[in-house]
Amino acid sequence: MTAVADRIDTTLPAWLVALRLRGEQRFAELGLPTSRDEEWRFTPISPIARASFGAAPDATVTLEALAPFMFGHAEWPRLVFVNGRYNAELSSVPESDVRVESLAHARSARPALEKHLGRHVAVDATPFVAWNTGQITDGAFVHVPARADLAHPIHLLFVTAPGAGESAVYPRNLVVVEREARASIIESYVTLAAGERYLSNVVTEVVVAENAWVEHTRIQRESEQAFHMGLTHVSQERDSHYRNFSFAMGGAIARHDLRSHLNAANVESLLYGLYFGRDEQLVDNHTAIFHDHPNCRSWEVYKGILDGHSHGVFNGKIFVTPEAQKTDAKQTNRTLLLSETAKIDTKPQLEIFADDVKCTHGATVGALNENMLFYLQSRCIPHAAARRFLTYAFAAEVVAEVALEPVRAELDRLVQERVGVGLGG
Amino acid sequence: MSMLEIRNLSASAGEREILRGVNLTVNAGEVHAIMGPNGSGKSTLAQVLAGHPSYTVTGGEVIYEGEDLLDLEPDERAQKGVFLAFQYPVEIPGVTNAYFLRAAYNEIRKARGLEEADPMDFLDVLEEKLKVVEWGPEIMSRFVNAGFSGGEKKRNEILQMAVMEPKLAILDETDSGLDIDALRIVASGVNRLKRPDSATIVVTHYQRLLNYIVPDFVHVLVGGRIVKSGGKELALELEARGYEWIEDLAGMGATA
Repeated sequence: MTAVADRIDTTLPAWLVALRLRGEQRFAELGLPTSRDEEWRFTPISPIARASFGAAPDATVTLEALAPFMFGHAEWPRLVFVNGRYNAELSSVPESDVRVESLAHARSARPALEKHLGRHVAVDATPFVAWNTGQITDGAFVHVPARADLAHPIHLLFVTAPGAGESAVYPRNLVVVEREARASIIESYVTLAAGERYLSNVVTEVVVAENAWVEHTRIQRESEQAFHMGLTHVSQERDSHYRNFSFAMGGAIARHDLRSHLNAANVESLLYGLYFGRDEQLVDNHTAIFHDHPNCRSWEVYKGILDGHSHGVFNGKIFVTPEAQKTDAKQTNRTLLLSETAKIDTKPQLEIFADDVKCTHGATVGALNENMLFYLQSRCIPHAAARRFLTYAFAAEVVAEVALEPVRAELDRLVQERVGVGLGG
Repeated sequence: MSMLEIRNLSASAGEREILRGVNLTVNAGEVHAIMGPNGSGKSTLAQVLAGHPSYTVTGGEVIYEGEDLLDLEPDERAQKGVFLAFQYPVEIPGVTNAYFLRAAYNEIRKARGLEEADPMDFLDVLEEKLKVVEWGPEIMSRFVNAGFSGGEKKRNEILQMAVMEPKLAILDETDSGLDIDALRIVASGVNRLKRPDSATIVVTHYQRLLNYIVPDFVHVLVGGRIVKSGGKELALELEARGYEWIEDLAGMGATA
């Protein structure tokens, strides 16, 4: 076996080499989690453990093939990664003082990168983070300078090309929004390799500086045979606002960990999610909100629609330290089961050590409501269509929280397609 | 031929028998009021006619336009012109009134062999319908009944009725909980939607609504049976005397 250091690109700056080595070593120590690990109890990843993944092949795709993933806004700045590698021809970034570039290109020249990359998320936050860290090659680097107010959302588009089966990609992203800036980021994982089995192991760090405002939409539309393991780590400073919408539709096994660290007072963090499962899909969302300072607010709504033999997992942690007085935290998880064989493991986990706080959580799991079905039928809508209509309504309620209209419209269209309703515009 | 013939209809909810042999004939052009004390089965009758799955018909028959109504799914009944205005309209957060009404409208059109209306065509249709309940277009972008006041919910029921243009409209306690302005709007909406070929059944506990929607016939339902029928003056008598005398009458009838 070749020594670890020999396999690492020698053009990498020393700090990045060190980071990768730490990742590689930690992953070697940890190995992949098993169901004995509390954090992975309901998420059997043995198919990932059993598989072996090669390096993703070099590939390119046409701009036309990407059009369906651009929300009708080709003018939005975008970084496109094909099979994990930056593709300059497909990307489009206008000149500005906002850095939107590939990590591979930015790695030596940007002090902010060294300052932040791998400094927020622990290298062993999960074994998959360690694995990702050991493999850092490329990803997106977005740096929004202080007081900038972006005209358009920035789209980070990760696409898997046909022929990517049995390979793995390890996108590593860093988004830094400096003080008093406003930015909207879309992070999409899409596929042109429908039915292929590959692994996306993604880590994204988001830094929201003082009084900054960030809206982050994450869309996961991998192949339904693929594996998607993602972790998003958010660090928020004083008076900042962060809003995340996490949409998950693809993957045979798909998990997203979202960790929101409220590192100072008067921070607001809004987390919305919508997940779909059908056939044998496993879709897992683990969220954790860390209230470490006073006067912060977190608001979380995750909804799921599970059909067939699919399995959903939701784990929502909220930690409130003794210092975090006047915390206002609300968590809601609602899952609609469309078949007798679909199931959800939902677990709110609130650990509250401050006494002057408002923290609530609620989880519901159920089938469609008979009374609502009758109401629709009494308005001429046949039973099967009424079921689809109410399923759509269940999802639409949270899609309405997507702030960007073109993205909201696209997600609405995806939901209509998945649920099988044709309501039009 | 009558529009609706209810013959000796019995129905239960689970083990509990609620309707015990209802007979009623409704012709086109008529307004029938069904009154009665709480728990007499008025709302059950309305829901059974619309096909609510919580009730089981245990006897009798209902012939609507020459067809066995009880044999039809709720959506088929609606497509054939039976409309129930709900006592407790259901909230559907996530779906706008515009989506919902267009879906209903297009199902009717499909059932009649007509082409579906696209969103723009439907807007034109709606403009007229909204006038019936004295509403502007802004109500269309709100989620169906979600966060509506009691009065708004009932107005929305009448808006749905306007879109569906039913032959047989059944109003289940449409007046309950309405202030006088909402009551006037709802009642005048119902009156505007009356046609010579349509009929209305008004289920109500109170006489007040019948000042606005004037019935041709008033029936009193007690213990799951119609125990007395009359003209609109019967409603006034009930208002003045309450239901007790008629419950006594029904009790005597039952033992006789």
